[in-house]
Amino acid sequence: MKTLTINITILLSVCMLYAQQTPAPAQQGRIAINGAKAHLGNGVVIENSLIIFENGIIEYVGAMNASIDRSGMEIIDAKGQNVYPGFIIPNSTLGLVEIDAVRASDDVSEIGMWNPHIRSLIAYNTESRVVESMRPNGVLIGQITPRGGVLSGKSSVVQFDAWNWEDAVIKTDGGMHMDWPEIFAYGHQHRGENPGLKINDDYNKEIAEIETYFKNAKAHNALGKKGVHLPYEALNGLFSGTTKLFIHVNDEKGIVDAVSFAKAQGVKALTIVGAYEAYKVTGFLKENNISILLQRVHLRPNKSDEDYDLPYKLAKLLIDAGLTVALEASGDMERMNSRNLPFYAGTTVGYGLSKAQALQLITLNAAKILGIEKQYGSLEAGKSATLFISTGDALDMRSNNLTRAFIDGRNISLESHQTKLWKRYSEKYKTP
Amino acid sequence: MKLKLTFLSLCFALISVAQDYRPKNDGVKANNKNFTAITNVKIYVNHNNVIENGTLLIQNGLVVESGQSVNLPKNSYVIDGSGNYIYPSFIDVYSTYGIKDAKPAPGYGRSTQYDSNRSGFYWNDHIRAEQNAISDFEFDEKTAKALLMQGFGLVNTHIKDGVVRGTGALIALDLNGDEAMRILSNKSGQYLSLSRSVQSRQAYPTSIMGSMALLRQLYYDADWYKKGNIKTTDLTLEAFNQNTNLTQIFAAGSRANAIRADKVGDQFDIQYTILGGGDEFERIEAVKNTNATFIIPINFPKPYDVEDPFLADRLELESMREWNQRPANLSALENNEVPFAITMQGLKSPESFKTNILSAIEHGLSKSEALKALTTVPAQILKNDKVGNLEKGSFANFMMTSGDFFESNATVLEHWIRGSRHIFEDLTQKDIRGTYNFMAENDSLTLEITGAKHKPSATITSQQSKRSSTLSYSKDWVQILFTAADTTDQRFLRFNAKITTDASDLNGVLHLRDGSKQALIIKRENKGSEEAEKTENNSKSKENKNTLQPVTYPNGAYGNLKLPEAETLLFKNATVWTNETQGVLKNTDVLVKHGKISAIGQNLNSKKARVIDATGKHLTSGIVDEHSHIAAASINEAGQNSSAEVSIEDVVEADDVDIYRNLSGGVTTIQILHGSANPIGGRSAIIKLKWGMAAEDLIYKNSPKFIKFALGENVKQSNWGGYSRFPQTRMGVEQMYIDYFSMAKAYDMQKKSGKPYRIDAEMEVLAEILNKERFISCHSYIQSEINMLMKVAEKFNFNINTFTHILEGYKLADKMKAHGAGASTFSDWWAYKYEVNDAIPYNAAILNNTGVLTAINSDDAEMSRRLNQEAAKAVKYGGASEEDAWKMVTLNPAKLLHIDDKVGSIKIGKDADLVLWSDHPLSVYAKAEKTLIEGATYFDIEGDQKRRAAIKKERNTLIQMLLEAKNKGMKTQPIMVNKKKDMHCDTLDNNEI
Repeated sequence: MKTLTINITILLSVCMLYAQQTPAPAQQGRIAINGAKAHLGNGVVIENSLIIFENGIIEYVGAMNASIDRSGMEIIDAKGQNVYPGFIIPNSTLGLVEIDAVRASDDVSEIGMWNPHIRSLIAYNTESRVVESMRPNGVLIGQITPRGGVLSGKSSVVQFDAWNWEDAVIKTDGGMHMDWPEIFAYGHQHRGENPGLKINDDYNKEIAEIETYFKNAKAHNALGKKGVHLPYEALNGLFSGTTKLFIHVNDEKGIVDAVSFAKAQGVKALTIVGAYEAYKVTGFLKENNISILLQRVHLRPNKSDEDYDLPYKLAKLLIDAGLTVALEASGDMERMNSRNLPFYAGTTVGYGLSKAQALQLITLNAAKILGIEKQYGSLEAGKSATLFISTGDALDMRSNNLTRAFIDGRNISLESHQTKLWKRYSEKYKTP
Repeated sequence: MKLKLTFLSLCFALISVAQDYRPKNDGVKANNKNFTAITNVKIYVNHNNVIENGTLLIQNGLVVESGQSVNLPKNSYVIDGSGNYIYPSFIDVYSTYGIKDAKPAPGYGRSTQYDSNRSGFYWNDHIRAEQNAISDFEFDEKTAKALLMQGFGLVNTHIKDGVVRGTGALIALDLNGDEAMRILSNKSGQYLSLSRSVQSRQAYPTSIMGSMALLRQLYYDADWYKKGNIKTTDLTLEAFNQNTNLTQIFAAGSRANAIRADKVGDQFDIQYTILGGGDEFERIEAVKNTNATFIIPINFPKPYDVEDPFLADRLELESMREWNQRPANLSALENNEVPFAITMQGLKSPESFKTNILSAIEHGLSKSEALKALTTVPAQILKNDKVGNLEKGSFANFMMTSGDFFESNATVLEHWIRGSRHIFEDLTQKDIRGTYNFMAENDSLTLEITGAKHKPSATITSQQSKRSSTLSYSKDWVQILFTAADTTDQRFLRFNAKITTDASDLNGVLHLRDGSKQALIIKRENKGSEEAEKTENNSKSKENKNTLQPVTYPNGAYGNLKLPEAETLLFKNATVWTNETQGVLKNTDVLVKHGKISAIGQNLNSKKARVIDATGKHLTSGIVDEHSHIAAASINEAGQNSSAEVSIEDVVEADDVDIYRNLSGGVTTIQILHGSANPIGGRSAIIKLKWGMAAEDLIYKNSPKFIKFALGENVKQSNWGGYSRFPQTRMGVEQMYIDYFSMAKAYDMQKKSGKPYRIDAEMEVLAEILNKERFISCHSYIQSEINMLMKVAEKFNFNINTFTHILEGYKLADKMKAHGAGASTFSDWWAYKYEVNDAIPYNAAILNNTGVLTAINSDDAEMSRRLNQEAAKAVKYGGASEEDAWKMVTLNPAKLLHIDDKVGSIKIGKDADLVLWSDHPLSVYAKAEKTLIEGATYFDIEGDQKRRAAIKKERNTLIQMLLEAKNKGMKTQPIMVNKKKDMHCDTLDNNEI
């Protein structure tokens, strides 16, 4: 009995340690945001706006002076402030890893090369303290993506204020993720090779393996049996159009090869992820109507002789070519840094995009690519009231400062483990 | 008489003299006292003494005389060398001939090995002064022959393994004699390097700077041992002390490491002879300043295969330039009067030596300098005047060539080693090249013999068609095999003839298809066109000369053709962030003169100044990054729990393009910190980002002294496989510090007492801390251990200057303030390790509010170029004022580094380290448009556009040249990208040299 008590105490204290903010209850009554500068996410900015939402759905977005009876509504006076749609982080591993160095907290990558049946959603941890730290910066939705192997598995889109993954999910298993072979590979030092990059002699062979895999899957699926070969069956949605293929590839040749492959295989919907050299083949991508999840903006160029600002201006180069582009942030320390998503977008403004275009990179464009644009991604009547209010320009760290945020109309907490520690210790040092 | 015709060895009985104390069991002892004279040859006595049409007289393996009129003794054996050349044998002083690669120690177990394998030797297994090449030496006939054919008759070979590799052995490549004749010296030079031995897995040193520190300590210890202060036996130190009189040959392997090696040598008054890397031309002044004699490899890169444009895109400009420029390296050394020898080291096959030396000559190396580098200089390096020349009394080591060695058509005919003759091509062989006519089976045929004199080939044609044929020719006999007119017939015709004079008819016998034979004279029409062939060769080789791309500083993308210079500049009408009591001044002018800030005010004028309109722009002092790991060849010396003896100043890399990228983000000064692999790390380098200058010139003048300490998971090796090094817990970390500082205190007392003491580089550094001459910047996360280190410091009466990272600083800001420690933190990093679970982005603001001197650092090559944005996060998280936030990346880190008298604010008299921003500097939308250091513009956004255009153009030029090289049939190599490693706190360098 004593042991049990101790165990329960430990359990409780662990829960306390990890418990995030309590998810907000469903919206009660109508809410109107008055007088804010509304950045709709679709390229439009309304200087003095009125936004009304009820039951989690936006009823009205327009000019402040619209003749709408606002009695009985909760009125939020946001004069001088800014309203944005909730930011969306695609190709994210949030909630799949808590602490990088603690292996036990890492659920991001399954073993083996062919795992199309793997589903990230069921491992997504709504209680993650890293996830809750997204919200104070306006990042409210993410595409939770498995990694590793050639076919990594399926991603789902979730919102960041939920009791469990069923509550969190916006779109289930909508993306299939594939890592395209590289034309260069690192040398194996233990084999006495130079550790630098050398031409990958197996590139064609690796592509042939993928083609064979897809052909086998189609042959198997022609039988129409289920539960016989989970991986092959998992590919079905790619050909019927229920699942979108996300191919992670960065080099020019790989991009062309990947797009041609998907087309030849009859894959219905394709997005290129990473896309470092996509700017070299924009015409081809436009022709094939391929959208892009562009690699983290805050990176250095891959080569010493490239422009120092190449990663900063890639978005501009692709947008100018008429492509649909959203930003992703994979790489070192990607989860904790995902709260910098608005500043990745902000940086592209210094390198050529307009602020409205930059905003689209993390709102409506992302929603389109993830297939949730009917509900999310912009402030439009009929869409989900997933939005926030910031005192200043939310794309600039100098002025990103959230006062309120809503997911599906629910008034979510902007507190976190971190704000609590901040307040606790600030209090400690207050001179009495 | 049976003769080996392709390779003929004649052994003259000259060698018996040296061995006459040995019994002779297969006959009578008989001494050959004959002379040998080679007449009618052009003799290179040495590289600048040439005898035309001379005679070389030798006896007993030594040169007796050389000259135009030499009196031949009666007992002279005379060889007519008409038209041929004689050169002293080439010497390779950096050879591993006859020595097998060292056997790697087996690796097993999950833990790093910290102890040495040996006893009775030095404590570190990578110091192997007791090794002698001669004990591992095994004669290798095949390689020796290949070397002789390339002109090399002598090699100084060594065991290429370890930081100290022991002595070399000078070997004469005599195929006929035995070891007694071959070994000219069994202790010839001591070899050193910066690379670890593979024979032990002892962890220390893991880095280049660790190897340098180890060498320095070795010199101290060897001296202490020599003076009799160490009572136990150390065979390594004994050998090392014995080897001090030998030439010290340092295998640096690159220009940068050559300068590092020389720096170690200078400290102990040792002038190393240095193995270079072929890249010396990139900073020839610094190379010259070493005053060293160099040994230069001649392995030029092959052209890259750039046919596939996708692959070619990945090739770095730097690599293309290497291919383009390196053949001119030797010429640059010659022009700058840097003495050098040439080594075959790194060449895959000896045959490519000739191709490469010719290429070097095409690219400007003089033939006399080439010969000097292969003979005179190596002899000087070995301090041996009996080799490398053909003066009277020198060894009769020489080669005979068919013409000028440094022309493509000359071949080595013979090579003599200590009078022992090796024949590759028979001098008496007649020249049969030419066009001939004859009749066979009623057909009128034409025979053409072309190609090399000793290896000609045949073409036989009848009126209608070409006949298949082969020709062999050796020792006066020529044999020709050819097919009949009837191509369906599988049978052959054969012809053979003995040749007795040059350019004669071929008088022999024809064997017909039916087995019958008939006498046949093949009539000669005219002589072969040797001259035509020669000119053809020359014009062909000239095409291989690269049009050289200019060398920039550094010699890669974005390098400077000319280094930026300080200007008189007037910034007009800027918003000026002074960081001083004036705060932010609007519509203000700033005048820069002689590298300093000379005036701040309104409506300033200066006739001499270049005026920069800064309307609508912001002018700030340059960003100072307290915690950086760019521009360094190594970051961690992880082989011991304390590595105070190492210094990042030893390994600054001036060529890192991240310097340029940092400038593009407004960074002007950085502290390159040692990593966090051990509780007591290494010393820092504080540098200014003067892109283009040499490493030594980047280092801050009168630099304050800093050392990196570290706490937490990294030093207790939590996140990688280290289980065998103390400490493994935070508890152990405290005790380790107390132990080391107690030792340092005792050391310092001994030193100050005037009694003799063993100089210990590590203790010297720790004593500096105790004496408040060196500051600590300590990598730290968790409040408990931060508190601990402050208490340890207080116990030893010093202060911790800076806690870097300091992510839980907010939990003990009051204690830090009381102690006087500063903080240099990340803006918003967390959750990457267990110990950063409570890291919060409000940290900087809380520390700043509490009165702790607070900076924001990068520890990251990407973030460092956006530190202005990171500073802005202190406004966002916790509400610091904008001016305070800005100081966190400028004035505050300058204060932490004790350089705020010079940098960190815009104040009259301070260094003009300035950044002109397009927008509010804390804004995500701001771009650095100009970055100045001491009044010189190192980054300029318009200049950058020009550099981009130049890179694009040069890339195309070089790719076209590479394509042309491939098209000409040159052997190519596949594209490789030498990936530069990104350095972080926990990066280990692979120490590959």
